[in-house]
Amino acid sequence: MAEEAKTQEEKPQDKRPLVSRVPVKDKEMLDLLLADRGVTYYEEMKKFPVDTEAFKKTLDASCKSRIRTWLKICAHCGMCADTCFFYLANDRDPKQVPSYKIQSTLGEIVKRNGDVDTDFMINCMDTAWGKCTCCNRCGMYCPHGIDMGVMFGYTRGLCFSQGFVPHEMKIGSGMHWIFNAQMDVTVEDYVETCEWMVEENEEYYPGLTIPVDKVGADIMYVVNAREPKHYPQDLAVAAILFHLAGESWTVPSKGWEGTSLAMFAGDWACCKQQVENVYAAMERLKVKRYVGTECGHQHRATITEGPYWAGRKSGDPPVPGLHYVEWVLEALETGKLKLDPAKKIKEPCTLQDPCNYVRNHGLTDVTRKIMSYIAEDFREMSPNREHNFCCGGGGGMNGIGRYRKERNIGLKVKRDQILATGTKFVVSACHNCWDAIRDLEEVYKIGIKWSFLKPILLEMVIVPDHLKPKEEEEGANE
Amino acid sequence: MVAIYEFVRGPLALISFAVFFVGCIYRIIWYVKGLDWRLDRVAYSTQRSLGIKGAIRSLFHWLLPLNRTTVNHPIFMGATYLFHLCLIIAPLFLVAHVVLIEESWNISWITIPDPIPDYMAMVVIAVGVFFLLRRLTNPDVKIITDGSDYLVLAIAVAPFITGILAYHQIFDNQLMTILHILAGEIMLIAIPFTKLCHFVLFFCSRIQLGMDYGIKRGGAHGRGIAW
Ligand code: HEM
Ligand code: SF4
Ligand code: SF4
Ligand code: SF4
Repeated sequence: MAEEAKTQEEKPQDKRPLVSRVPVKDKEMLDLLLADRGVTYYEEMKKFPVDTEAFKKTLDASCKSRIRTWLKICAHCGMCADTCFFYLANDRDPKQVPSYKIQSTLGEIVKRNGDVDTDFMINCMDTAWGKCTCCNRCGMYCPHGIDMGVMFGYTRGLCFSQGFVPHEMKIGSGMHWIFNAQMDVTVEDYVETCEWMVEENEEYYPGLTIPVDKVGADIMYVVNAREPKHYPQDLAVAAILFHLAGESWTVPSKGWEGTSLAMFAGDWACCKQQVENVYAAMERLKVKRYVGTECGHQHRATITEGPYWAGRKSGDPPVPGLHYVEWVLEALETGKLKLDPAKKIKEPCTLQDPCNYVRNHGLTDVTRKIMSYIAEDFREMSPNREHNFCCGGGGGMNGIGRYRKERNIGLKVKRDQILATGTKFVVSACHNCWDAIRDLEEVYKIGIKWSFLKPILLEMVIVPDHLKPKEEEEGANE
Repeated sequence: MVAIYEFVRGPLALISFAVFFVGCIYRIIWYVKGLDWRLDRVAYSTQRSLGIKGAIRSLFHWLLPLNRTTVNHPIFMGATYLFHLCLIIAPLFLVAHVVLIEESWNISWITIPDPIPDYMAMVVIAVGVFFLLRRLTNPDVKIITDGSDYLVLAIAVAPFITGILAYHQIFDNQLMTILHILAGEIMLIAIPFTKLCHFVLFFCSRIQLGMDYGIKRGGAHGRGIAW
């Protein structure tokens, strides 16, 4: 007894195992993982056993006819090969054929009914996160309608349940468990950031507010934690544009974050609790509509997939959910926001179609109509719309150190697509795509600029007279 | 020989048709019962009209060569459309088959005059050879090919090879006829059990993905996905 107490006492803190089959739900564990930076984590993983009994049970409960059929009827015809940007970027490596990637991972798991070993699972992890961004492009081209993106999403869930998940993804879902956000931003931090942004900008935009928890507003605006954490100016610009458009809007305190790294991680329980927070805010504040920021996977997580995690039979969120681009177009078309045509972008520019709200939510023409308001010489990438290639950084890939090399190779496809347009300016209304394009420039130095819509709109928007700062008027009179 | 002929023509034919029909129906029931709106994340039942629209679009664009894959890979897709067309039409409307069925069960339907089905059978075999060569040479296809692919290709093409040999009275005619009937019966029995079950599951899978896109992935925005 005494001895046991002693060994426990002596056990240093960092001896707590980093790899486990359960999500991270306490701050101490989260800090251990953050401090480790993945080094010990992946070493530990090499010795982490597979719980085959649990695996069988999970498969029985979740692997149903849709996925089993896809795996069974795949004609092994190879039509999906050249639809995957990883295949193209890797000089047509047969190991990057989507069908091969899924058959050699999920296909084997199902065939062996979960009786697989550690090395096998590490390979699954490296494939599900390192060779697929779940962009769902291949599924559009398969004659049988087999969607490898959907299956890799499912495979990620299996990997997560067995503890074989990239370091950053484990941390990401942990953040959501602990902070209800993908980063360590608390409700207090968020509300303070809102206040700070108002203070910074109200001088130039008199009457500017960021109404927190205003019941009955028309719009509830929900952000990506990166914005308060690293780009608070984005939040300020959103507020300014709502202000200039005369919208009745609010941001929730609890439920302010709409992204879900848990979705990329395959932690379905966490996805549910994350999205339910946002839905609870919609209901608490009795808003008419939701508008999410310029983020692709936030829209996917909160509006497209979220209702299912939350068990909403209709497949719809509690109130209609708009992506930021939908709100922008509406504001432009109704004249709530007026842009100065003289300030249109003169140089040729192109547009990145994010898979998450274009291929996977049909917001295809919305962004093009916006481009007609803001650009004089807009040039399409090829292919575009639903057929666009992933930027190269989706599905969490941008954030995973272990696959940085693979990611950078994958970026070549987007690089060549951009180069082929002959433009030097890429508009991207998605955080992930924005990052990927930034990194693309860093790696390949092709001399491009890139931007979200908000800063472009702020440049061009006409401030109505009654909203202009007073000083200016007085100055003009003097 | 006559006894064997009578056996494959009579009881075995009945058994294989029974296995084929029951097996196919079972596959469909198994598929539909296994759909789960929460796991699949598709509101199949509450968004029915969007779902039906999406399903029809999906079938329409892929049963007909109106999709990007056909544009990007005209030779392979052309071959596969031709292969399937001939593979299904030729046996169904062959005079000899329809007569046989009329004799046994007293039902009949329109026929395609000889020798068109004969040419169609040759198309099936020719495309089958093309599929085989492609499997053996194309690295992207090679890496995903396994034994079952060769097996189902053989099962699919065998009735046509034996059919042509029997029709043209090459080799022993009675033996060839027996082999041809056997090959057809093997194919029927194999359909529910091998990946030839795509005969029904193709429709299930395409309808499912069509509903997924129709209901969840953009169908509600009025723009059907551009297959
Ligand atoms: C209406 C029913 C059918 C449809 C819609 C259909 C559809 C398809 C599709 C989409 C493929 C994958 C693309 C390809 O490899 O060509 C395929 C492959 C194939 N199908 Fe069918 N099929 C049907 C019936 C059949 C039947 C009855 C057979 C034979 C018994 C058959 C034999 C094959 C074979 C052997 C392949 C693989 C070809 C290869 O080696 O690449 N199909 N089918
Ligand atoms: S295109 Fe479809 S059927 Fe053909 S190999 Fe790829 S996943 Fe399989
Ligand atoms: S979902 Fe996208 S990244 Fe994944 S295999 Fe298909 S095309 Fe490739
Ligand atoms: S990062 Fe952008 S392009 Fe890539 S999968 Fe996500 S939304 Fe699509």
